[in-house]
Amino acid sequence: MQEFAVILVSSILINNYVLVQFLGLCPFMGVSNKLESAIGMAAATTFVLTLTAMASYIVNAMVLEPLGLIYLRTIAFILVIAAVVQFTKMFIEKTSPLLYRVLGVFLPLITTNCAVLGVALQNTSKDLNFVQSSLYGFGAGAGFSLVLILFSAMRERLAAADVPESFKGAAIAMITAGLMSLAFMGFSGLV
Amino acid sequence: MIELIAQNPILAALIALVGLSILFGALLGFAAEKFKVEGDPIVEQIDELLPQTQCGQCGFPGCRPYAESIAGGDDINKCPPGGQSTINAIANLLDVPAPELDAEHGEESEVKTVAYIREDECIGCTKCIQACPVDAILGAAKLMHTVIADECTGCDLCVEPCPVDCIDMLPVAETIADWKWSIPAKPGQMIATDRRGEVSPVAQNEDAA
Amino acid sequence: MSRTWVTPGGVHPPENKHQSVTQPIGQLPIPEKLIIPLSQHIGAAATPCVEIGQSVLKGQVIAEATGMVSIPMHAPSSGIVSAIEHRPIAHSSGMLAPCIEITTDGADSWIEHQGISDYEHISPRKLIEMVGNAGISGMGGAGFPSAVKLNPGRQRPIDTLIVNATECEPYITADDSAIRERAGEIVEGIKILSAILDHPHHILIGIEDNKPEAIEALAPHVEGTGISVVVFPTKYPSGGEKQLIYILTGKELPSGKLPADEGVVCINIGTTYAIKRAVIDGEPLISRVTTVTGDAVATPRNYDTLIGTPVSHLLEHSQFDEQAGGRVVMGGPMMGFTLPSADVPIVKTTNCILAPSYAEIPDDEPAQPCIRCGMCAEACPASLLPQQLFWYAQAQEHDRLEAHNLFDCIECGACSYVCPSNIPLVQYYRAAKGEIRQAREEKVKSDHARDRFEFHKERIEQAEREKEAKRAARREATQQAKADHAAATANGSAAAPSKATPTGATPSSSAADIIAAAQARAAAKQASPEDQRAKLERTIASAEQRLKMAEEKLAEAISSDSGKQDQLSAAVENTRQKLEQTKSKLAELAE
Repeated sequence: MQEFAVILVSSILINNYVLVQFLGLCPFMGVSNKLESAIGMAAATTFVLTLTAMASYIVNAMVLEPLGLIYLRTIAFILVIAAVVQFTKMFIEKTSPLLYRVLGVFLPLITTNCAVLGVALQNTSKDLNFVQSSLYGFGAGAGFSLVLILFSAMRERLAAADVPESFKGAAIAMITAGLMSLAFMGFSGLV
Repeated sequence: MIELIAQNPILAALIALVGLSILFGALLGFAAEKFKVEGDPIVEQIDELLPQTQCGQCGFPGCRPYAESIAGGDDINKCPPGGQSTINAIANLLDVPAPELDAEHGEESEVKTVAYIREDECIGCTKCIQACPVDAILGAAKLMHTVIADECTGCDLCVEPCPVDCIDMLPVAETIADWKWSIPAKPGQMIATDRRGEVSPVAQNEDAA
Repeated sequence: MSRTWVTPGGVHPPENKHQSVTQPIGQLPIPEKLIIPLSQHIGAAATPCVEIGQSVLKGQVIAEATGMVSIPMHAPSSGIVSAIEHRPIAHSSGMLAPCIEITTDGADSWIEHQGISDYEHISPRKLIEMVGNAGISGMGGAGFPSAVKLNPGRQRPIDTLIVNATECEPYITADDSAIRERAGEIVEGIKILSAILDHPHHILIGIEDNKPEAIEALAPHVEGTGISVVVFPTKYPSGGEKQLIYILTGKELPSGKLPADEGVVCINIGTTYAIKRAVIDGEPLISRVTTVTGDAVATPRNYDTLIGTPVSHLLEHSQFDEQAGGRVVMGGPMMGFTLPSADVPIVKTTNCILAPSYAEIPDDEPAQPCIRCGMCAEACPASLLPQQLFWYAQAQEHDRLEAHNLFDCIECGACSYVCPSNIPLVQYYRAAKGEIRQAREEKVKSDHARDRFEFHKERIEQAEREKEAKRAARREATQQAKADHAAATANGSAAAPSKATPTGATPSSSAADIIAAAQARAAAKQASPEDQRAKLERTIASAEQRLKMAEEKLAEAISSDSGKQDQLSAAVENTRQKLEQTKSKLAELAE
């Protein structure tokens, strides 16, 4: 039980994939203009991360390692990720066409989200079992969601605020992200 | 079988990858069928935001065709009767940046207009009745035509067809009922470079020198 | 003493009420002209029922209520109706509105009127009707027709009647002085209200603790009546309807709901007095107590003012010094508005005319950027987030504004009062509310236009379909006719003039039939020359008539040079030719 708590705290706060490990910055900056689309993206990415963590563990344990094909890990994992993302895309298109349109090109771009591949590869290097891998995947998604939602809420306020002309848009967003990152570094040493 | 694969690593790799691809392909194929999507409800949502004057200034024969075109990726700044507020609303819906109104398609007019037929000159030809997209003109052949002001959207389509040119677009007067407060001026700017159009004293001196 | 609750937020501006209560309520001389706007209330404007030049008596109906949510207007003094036209009124837009102007004759003669003393035994409906006919609307500032408010319907039983004697805004002492002098009549009015509302369980008069004399004046009259005078600490804005209901009952009114939905009716104490005068004395609402105050007037005090009195009359009588103060405000310093000119009339909701000197209320300092201190959120009595509303109002984000409950803002001005950057916050909210309302109206219009367009499309398509169907049917008929004809000639039987029956030919009968029938009809027509001649003579007579009229029109057009000469002369020619043709036909026939 405690082990699960440690895994979750670690992946959500201490080693947050976006602000501490600096993975998955593309959707982080790209879909954080509005709170609604950020929530949608966060949910989609969490879904993808969890499924990917599980699927990549299975592929690794049952296909790659027995056959001695460790060197194919990267390709195989990308195959897994692409399939999961495609599935997610179809699912979202059916259930929420507005979210589908709002996410636009960022939905298939989850395939290239380095956080997803990062989670899959990091899980193999840590020698975890199935449950632990899935939990890491879920924790990564939760951490990504937390940061994305906080950031998009701040960006919405920044959009209405009196930002100097030269800082409007991406510049002030980057500065904000940097400050958030500094804040999250305060979690190091928590566990 | 396993020995064969163990001895031929390249074959093993190929089989593994192909096998995985087929597996995932099958799964996705099944999912594609299950999650098939018909139609495009986004068009409805865009159409809700357009002003429904059916005037054709955007280049499309009505508001719904333009909504369909926007759903297909067309520019959102082609509607003058909607003006900047409609552009902003559509931009908000689609989460794209909001551009300025495209002047090629017309100017946004501050004043709403309503058509008025000068009854003395009307010859009862029904051409304007046929042109009106919302059936706001009352009349019949050889009988007086008149515009029902409450239903007129100010789209201008009746002015052209009239052979005796007896239709005027009159501005709708603002009454005390539609009057509203205007937003106050922005509070003072703190940063010098933000003052619009003002040249900084340093630059002025440099220019003079 | 009843328990009271404390509202969130609120501010304590300096009261400045002592200046205007040193003297009793004064009377003013009757002004030369009274200007009565037709819309002094929420709802449809009244419709005039007098004519220019008509002489009216004091209290006579001059405009009738229009529809359910409206009130009638009465002549505040006797005189002659001198104008019914658009005049400047007290509105921030400075626009004109329809008004009735009465030139007074000085006699102040009342119309015959009578009230009812035994209101306990009159049906509430009759009492409400009397209140409605007296033109009574809320005198606290909103102006909602009282007869409508007092009729919440059977779905909403009322268990609490609250009489609003709070008068929380600084400078205003109209209700205070009215209570001091008319406490007995006011309590009578409250009893009438109780009868109208079927005797609610609780009757509370809510009053702030800065009015000890008024509380003392009420005490002997409420003893033994079941009416409680509830005193609570002074705070602005406790007098708002939602705020007062919360203070006295602890009930928080949900957004969008009316007090009647919670079983409460809240009436201003000035309105209560007007209701007493209407029911017991039979007098319509034609005057109200108005405070004239501020350092720019030499004698600040309360006046019993006739509705329609120009503000200039009040100021003149109070020795207003125009140089001392830059503006005249109708209402108080928090929620009042600067008058565009002093020629506007007093209306039923005018509780104060404030003429401050420059020192007393200086001009607004320029607004500075928001420093996000959050003082406004602390001061808001409706527990809103004024800072967020301000930013979203600037960015014009309507959906965020509505999500932050912009329409629950009562525009009390507490947030603007505390803002350290002097930002006119309430102006932003008003502007945003106006824009959102306008957007909603446009949406309704555009939905309606879309429906009409859809129907128009459908109608055209339907017409096309019908035309197609007819064309198809006709084509089929001709095919059939050809086949039949071929068959008929093959058989050698005669073509069908004998079958000619003009009536009863169905669309599917052969085309030959139809043609033959038409020929037979034409032949029949040739029959009688007398008929023909008569017809031609009639045609000539009407053609001659038409020609004469056309020539007259042409002559007129030429003399007035209206530019239609060409059209008309063409028409004349046309008619002349037709006449010639008909005449020649008649000549032929005669031969």
